Amino acid sequence: MKESVLRTLLVAFTICLVCSLVVSYTAVGLRDLQNENKLNDERKKILQSANMFDSSLSIESQFEQLEMKYVDFSSGKVLDTYKDFAIETYNQISTTRNPLLSTKIPASEDIAIIKNRENVGKFYISRDKNGELDKIILPIRGYGLWGTLFGYISIENDFNTVAGLEFYSHKETPGLGAEVDNPKWKALWPGKKIYKDDVVRLSVLKGQVPSDANDIMYKVDGLSGATLTSRGVTNMITYWFGDSGYSKLLSELNYES
Amino acid sequence: MSLKQYKEVIFKPLIDENPITLQILGICSALAVTNNLSVTLVMCVALTSVVAFSNLFISIIRNYIPSSIRIIVQMTIIASLVIVVDELLKAYDYETSKKLSVFVGLIITNCIVMGRAEAFAMKEKPLLSFFDGLGNGLGYSLILIGVAIIRELFGSGSLMGYEIFTLVSNGGWYLPNNLLLLPPSSFIIIGLFIWAIRTIRPIQIEEDDFAVSKHSTAPDLTKRELNV
Repeated sequence: MKESVLRTLLVAFTICLVCSLVVSYTAVGLRDLQNENKLNDERKKILQSANMFDSSLSIESQFEQLEMKYVDFSSGKVLDTYKDFAIETYNQISTTRNPLLSTKIPASEDIAIIKNRENVGKFYISRDKNGELDKIILPIRGYGLWGTLFGYISIENDFNTVAGLEFYSHKETPGLGAEVDNPKWKALWPGKKIYKDDVVRLSVLKGQVPSDANDIMYKVDGLSGATLTSRGVTNMITYWFGDSGYSKLLSELNYES
Repeated sequence: MSLKQYKEVIFKPLIDENPITLQILGICSALAVTNNLSVTLVMCVALTSVVAFSNLFISIIRNYIPSSIRIIVQMTIIASLVIVVDELLKAYDYETSKKLSVFVGLIITNCIVMGRAEAFAMKEKPLLSFFDGLGNGLGYSLILIGVAIIRELFGSGSLMGYEIFTLVSNGGWYLPNNLLLLPPSSFIIIGLFIWAIRTIRPIQIEEDDFAVSKHSTAPDLTKRELNV
């Protein structure tokens, strides 16, 4: 067949058109299913961070056991309602794009590189059989090496002891920073303490925690080869348990109980 | 088109013309995704379907592709297929797709896919090209599954996540070989596979690119003095 500029352009255009149609058709057609998977994965991580996940039961039925509440970051008060949002679908991360619903964090305080923090967050409460508060599960996020890590940390009812930590979305290097998903590393977290004399002391070290170190309950082994991710996790903990994070909520809950 | 030809394009790439062990193509993903058999199987299905269908579609339009832009046209088709596969995985097998992360996307750069498109699909009829892609995908899968079985069994004492050897850490007797959990171990295993296949099929042994010259000695000075 004869080659000409016009024919080359025509073939290129047709191929691009057909391919983009196929790609966008699949992407749009499968979006609902993918979003559901993502949601279930996040719910599973919420349950796992509180050591409540049982793979033999459906995620939804287990998730319904949790109580959802709003927290007003400026006062630390627990709210049942917030504007006309439905709590099931309230997404605090997308509200950070709305200047009316979020606050810009001054650069000097923004150690976890979050930029905008929502005014009102959503968190989860798990209660024991007698209806007593057992654990609270708090969403946290912060910058690692390549992007923001999104996760959940659960706290025992002394409001100082970590019960578990899970990340549901991150962009860290597989084998290095992505080891934040390694069960062995996550198992180091339960039992660690956050505050010492009302100051956040919990941190991820570089390298292993020496066995003779003092304050061992405030220190977690670093991820080898992933110093920046480890530092990101420390910054995240420091920010979210600081004054502009959950510290007011925790003292409020502590006061109530 | 004889049946023999179809048989040939499917079975030849398994051992005789295996893309990994003979052509040493596509070993990047062989290193990255083989520490767990179930993840490897999903990767094999993904790659085999991409290479088969990219061969099919490229072959269908092979007479219309202007040669000046043929590589970019092939890439467009391959990339679209990879995105479709990635989207399907995210929708129907989310867990595995999270584990495979970027490696599904990297099928685009897998040399086997482009190699077959350029070397086979641009010349042959669609159906034959489809089976050629299938055969090469299966050849790739055969090696990957072999590597994954060795790595998972001896690296973590399990297969498909089921425990075969009880690990010392779980109160058993097997001390796993941690090297096998790291990507470089696949290099060694693939090397051993190549050695085994070339021992059985010596025809695959390549000729040396250059011969090492004979050991040379310094000129005999005494003789030179005599000549003067």
